[in-house]
Amino acid sequence: MATYDTFTYDVLIVGAGGAGLRAAIEAATSGVSVGLICKSLLGKAHTVMAEGGMAAAMAHNDDRDSWRVHFADTMRGGQYVNNWRMAELHAKEAPDRVRELEAWGAVFDRTPDGRINQRNFGGHRYPRLAHVGDRTGLELIRTLQDHAVYTGMTVHMEHTVVDLILDGGRAVGVVAYDRERGRFHLFAAKAIVLATGGIGRAYRITSNSWEGTGDGHALAYRAGAELIDMEFIQFHPTGMVWPPSVRGILVTEGVRGEGGVLKNSEGRRFMFDDIPDNYKPQTASDPEEGWRYTQGDKSARRPPELLTRDHVARCINREVKAGRGSPHGGVFLDIAWIKEKIKDSEAHIRRKLPSMYHQFKELADLDITKEPMEVGPTTHYVMGGIRVDADTQMSTIPGLFAAGECASGINGANRLGGNSLSDLIVFGKRAGEFAAKYAKENGAARIDDGAVTRAIQEALAPFDRGATGENPYKVQSDLQDTMQALVGIVRTEREMQEALTRIRGFKERASRVGVTGRRDYHSGWHTALDLRNLLDVSEAVARSAIDRKESRGGHFREDYPDKVAEFATFNIMVKKGSAGAMQLARVPLPPIPDHLKDVIEEQKS
Amino acid sequence: MAKSATFKLWRTHPEGDGTFQTFHTEVTDGMVVLDVVHKIQAEQAPDLAVRWNCKAGKCGSCSAEINGKPRLMCMTRLSQVNLLEPVTVEPMRAFPPVKDLVTDVSWNFRVKKAITKFKPRAADAKDGTWRMQQRDVDRVQEFRKCIECFLCQDVCHVLRDHHKHEEFIGPRFFVYAANLEMNPIDAGDRVPELKEQHGIGYCNITKCCTKVCPEHIHITDNAIIPLKERVVDRYFDPITKLLRIFQ
Repeated sequence: MATYDTFTYDVLIVGAGGAGLRAAIEAATSGVSVGLICKSLLGKAHTVMAEGGMAAAMAHNDDRDSWRVHFADTMRGGQYVNNWRMAELHAKEAPDRVRELEAWGAVFDRTPDGRINQRNFGGHRYPRLAHVGDRTGLELIRTLQDHAVYTGMTVHMEHTVVDLILDGGRAVGVVAYDRERGRFHLFAAKAIVLATGGIGRAYRITSNSWEGTGDGHALAYRAGAELIDMEFIQFHPTGMVWPPSVRGILVTEGVRGEGGVLKNSEGRRFMFDDIPDNYKPQTASDPEEGWRYTQGDKSARRPPELLTRDHVARCINREVKAGRGSPHGGVFLDIAWIKEKIKDSEAHIRRKLPSMYHQFKELADLDITKEPMEVGPTTHYVMGGIRVDADTQMSTIPGLFAAGECASGINGANRLGGNSLSDLIVFGKRAGEFAAKYAKENGAARIDDGAVTRAIQEALAPFDRGATGENPYKVQSDLQDTMQALVGIVRTEREMQEALTRIRGFKERASRVGVTGRRDYHSGWHTALDLRNLLDVSEAVARSAIDRKESRGGHFREDYPDKVAEFATFNIMVKKGSAGAMQLARVPLPPIPDHLKDVIEEQKS
Repeated sequence: MAKSATFKLWRTHPEGDGTFQTFHTEVTDGMVVLDVVHKIQAEQAPDLAVRWNCKAGKCGSCSAEINGKPRLMCMTRLSQVNLLEPVTVEPMRAFPPVKDLVTDVSWNFRVKKAITKFKPRAADAKDGTWRMQQRDVDRVQEFRKCIECFLCQDVCHVLRDHHKHEEFIGPRFFVYAANLEMNPIDAGDRVPELKEQHGIGYCNITKCCTKVCPEHIHITDNAIIPLKERVVDRYFDPITKLLRIFQ
């Protein structure tokens, strides 16, 4: 008989990054009791890594901006398979969510007239990203964290959720263990918000921290929720490539926003060679115009380095494959060149990009004010996730909500830089608001003790197998190699079928992983449990990617390199079938209302 | 180029105390100390406890004492340590041990809650927003770079040697208080609590905290000394004292 403590809340939030914290604040201030579970210490979540800023059409730096332009930019970036309603809500509500942060103590960079400064970013027509140097994510999480602790919620740090508990199809609790001691706890709640972030750890090269193991995706999937758009993964074009131990760590798009250019080993600015037709009217015709754009000239158009991330990532991939890469298998990102344009450029770069200066200086012993960086694509963000109602963020399971990266819909086939931090606060707030409402309208639910006990027994199984079991690190590592090689930036049917075969093998090995020792702070055991989530998520990515026989946004098929109109009419959905196997379906996109179609058309010119 | 190195990692025993355990492992150019710890974990000691997260010096989770110096494991390159000698890695000593390299830092979270929260003054503009010049927020932005690694708390002798945890909030929270006090739109007043409850008088400005800060925040010069000055101005300045009598 498993023993466990029980905690009971009206609303339980799983995850304390930007979305989870924002949801928790909203729920707590609406008068319900709130519990917040996070895998790390409070304030350490992967949100701290976000650099460039949060997109909100406040029109501080260019008064031509409005929610209409932001909405159209987001839809175009997502190649029109976004959930239009989420894109609309996001564009309309982001400005208020950003201003509210200032009232909670955030200190953004300023415009000359004293307002929040906004910077240019890829795919955004006007300067739109509220930012703090290149550490905007830290500012967001610290602001929310410091505000949240005064709202009366209970925070359970360093806890990991292993299973969702349902009652008659409604989500009513989670089983979790504390990492410090390995004790199990039941968290019973009237409503649950998943805000667990991404899945980057399924890949070898990723910008994600260890936490990005797709927990929310997998928990929801195993409980019967629908996931959509799992084939759409964003490979950020610029991750560090050297030294090997930091491979994948993000180099902010802000470097390009401040005038940084991409060059191959021949010194050529290759991004000018391949500009997609639908972006041609908005792209600079020569380097001089591109430079003027980065310096705030409103009559200039953006340089091709600021095209959408999927496109830039593929161009870099192409240069490397063609043998025109840098010594360590990337390309060159050069900001030092601006000394030709700016007096005292070294101080300017250090002021505009302090974290990047610091990161390269300390980790690669390279001074970005003097030398070009080496960069290459890194697995950064999953557009796909838990299917939610646009307004309430409730999943297809009653009482289960999702927000942030683990939810899906706003980004379509590709996310624009800066839309993630604003997504967190817009939909984090909504998730918290509607979870609290749900909790008020629905009574406490019954918890099946048997289900709790089974979840605990399953989580402890690696100890039962002990030293004779498989090494969990090895299985995780093999999975990462497979996803990197076979379901990466450029995909084919044959390779992805091979990946599925291997994933089946990994699942079998994962069922045999064993660990020894005490339960407290046992990293091997934690890895063994994370593995289940990574495997479910990897299978969902591979199956969805096989089904989308076209190329769109973050999903590129070498065997189907073109966009196909028919595929713009649905999302690919995966769900756990009654027999336990993963099932796929194509669900039609909700039709866009005419007035929003007009907005998209008017912005196309 | 792979070469061999010797690492002595602190391991706690179930009874509570601990000892260094020696590991020999292969290392390559460009690795950081956290890479070596992970490699040992994956190959030799799967139950080794280490707290980490972003591995890019931005989250402040992997604080430890490397060859006796408080540092982030993820930002300490092997080229910065002498590999001809064994490298020691042990947990922060100013906090209670949890297991191996992991310590219980929860005291820091409790301390923060005791500081008067941010309280904005009335908005400057009709739309509920404020106007601030960049030069007025520069100094606050320096404090807001803090990643809460607590290395400054670890090295501070008031906490580490004198255990004044109940009377003294430590450098991290003076930086936090300074960030609130110097925020151009904050209307809160934390001077009395800094003097009475937060023990700012205990700091005798040895600047150890500034030296270990991975974000290079000028903790002593820019945060603690100006706060001390505010306390002095309020409570010990003879003219102010005189004025208060006549108020």
